[in-house]
Amino acid sequence: MTRPVIGVPVIGVLALQGDVREHLAAVRDQGAEALTVRRQEELAGVDGLVLPGGESTTIALLAERFGLMDPLRAAVRGGLPVYGSCAGMILLADRLLDAPPGQETIGGLDVTVRRNAFGRQADSFESQMSFDDGVGGGPLHAVFIRAPWVEEAGEGVTVLGRIVGGAADGRIVAVRQGNLVATSFHPELTGDRRVHALFVDIVRRSLAEKAGTAAGNERGLS
Amino acid sequence: MSAPTPSTGTDRVKRGMAEQLKGGVIMDVVTPEQAKIAEDAGAVAVMALERVPADIRAEGGISRMSDPDMIDGIISAVSIPVMAKARIGHFVEAQVLQSLGVDYIDESEVLTPADEAHHIAKSQFTVPFVCGATDLGEALRRISEGAAMIRSKGEAGTGNVVEATRHMRAIRAGIKALGTLDDTELFVAAKELRAPYDLVAEVARLGKLPVVLFTAGGIATPADAAMMMQLGAEGVFVGSGIFKSGDPAQRASAIVQATTFHDDPDVIAKVSRGLGEAMVGLNVSTLPADQRFATRGW
Repeated sequence: MTRPVIGVPVIGVLALQGDVREHLAAVRDQGAEALTVRRQEELAGVDGLVLPGGESTTIALLAERFGLMDPLRAAVRGGLPVYGSCAGMILLADRLLDAPPGQETIGGLDVTVRRNAFGRQADSFESQMSFDDGVGGGPLHAVFIRAPWVEEAGEGVTVLGRIVGGAADGRIVAVRQGNLVATSFHPELTGDRRVHALFVDIVRRSLAEKAGTAAGNERGLS
Repeated sequence: MSAPTPSTGTDRVKRGMAEQLKGGVIMDVVTPEQAKIAEDAGAVAVMALERVPADIRAEGGISRMSDPDMIDGIISAVSIPVMAKARIGHFVEAQVLQSLGVDYIDESEVLTPADEAHHIAKSQFTVPFVCGATDLGEALRRISEGAAMIRSKGEAGTGNVVEATRHMRAIRAGIKALGTLDDTELFVAAKELRAPYDLVAEVARLGKLPVVLFTAGGIATPADAAMMMQLGAEGVFVGSGIFKSGDPAQRASAIVQATTFHDDPDVIAKVSRGLGEAMVGLNVSTLPADQRFATRGW
């Protein structure tokens, strides 16, 4: 049996607002092709999507206004790998705390996320944290900016990282559920590429599975 | 092994905060009600000040940091970051703003300067600062004092984008010029720019400022905002342009959309329809020298 040939994965970065350029660079570092996504047709062409850091209220409003919210929800339901950092984590959460009334999310990640959980900008910090992606585990140096945390994670959610030390010791700041990954912190602002490596790997596996299924279907038809 | 201590107020944390604002619009507000309108329109942050620049021009007098009660009210009204303006050189206004919990301080030429020789030593603060600049040298001097974000100054309160254009082009041209110089020439460039050599060399290597660059001062329409983005701004400050216009909520929302889709004339055309009156503008070339804010700061 020949393995299906998998090309270079194409990963979109939602470019309505936020630190898009840093995520594009981090994704390219992992050997994937990176594109900005602002429109429905651009979303349709990607194998995975990054929701960057930014202001979650602004990004959600623009997504709503430009008709991206429902396509994004459908893509997540359809199994598209999505990674959200900071504002992106808020956008992926099924439930929010401390959000303005009526703030919409894309959802899909069975977690309760508290916005600005660590405090205001004067409380923003960088620190070592625990990180275990099942491959290259070990402490990770991370930057938290007006960051959220995961207050509660559902049963199907794997905790990848927690705060170590300080007042927020033990708080959940990195999670994975199937093809969805979310972090409170900004790996795009530091040199540690393990989070992006994990995500690009998820995209590659999802592509391989799809190709495998497609090949299987063809054989079934012939 | 001792437990790692989280560190606050680092350069990475201060500059990283500005990275999160990119592609967004920061709106001047004087009351909690205006702050709420700005948040609902999609602002990435609001800037608290006593009076918008157009009123400062009209009313004259000394313009200072906003009232602490008003800043508290604005902080409670919105979930987005709240910035506030301090006078150039007024380090105690900055200390007060930090203690109030604002997320960013704008050491701003729009307020009346408190010191005509010294800017605030911004590195000493935990809260990050944004400062205005008219050219590359000024931008680098502010960064060397600790500014974690730069905005081109423009001419605030005029509704006239001409100075914003001039300053964005000047900063951009300065960065481009550095890229053509060799190591020996960079020392001379540092002298001419009146900026530290290390920063000059860093800009030459990066081809951009080491901090986020926004634009400000005179942006009144969605097309103004989009033009500044196409000229290389990474985001937009809008002052009097919103709350001095006929329909602030709609204009605010239109400027947000035009900033994101700054390279798509169809979107800009669509959001520019039916906005009502823009703010009444001023002709900058006939402004007396003592009424120009951009010349404050050095």
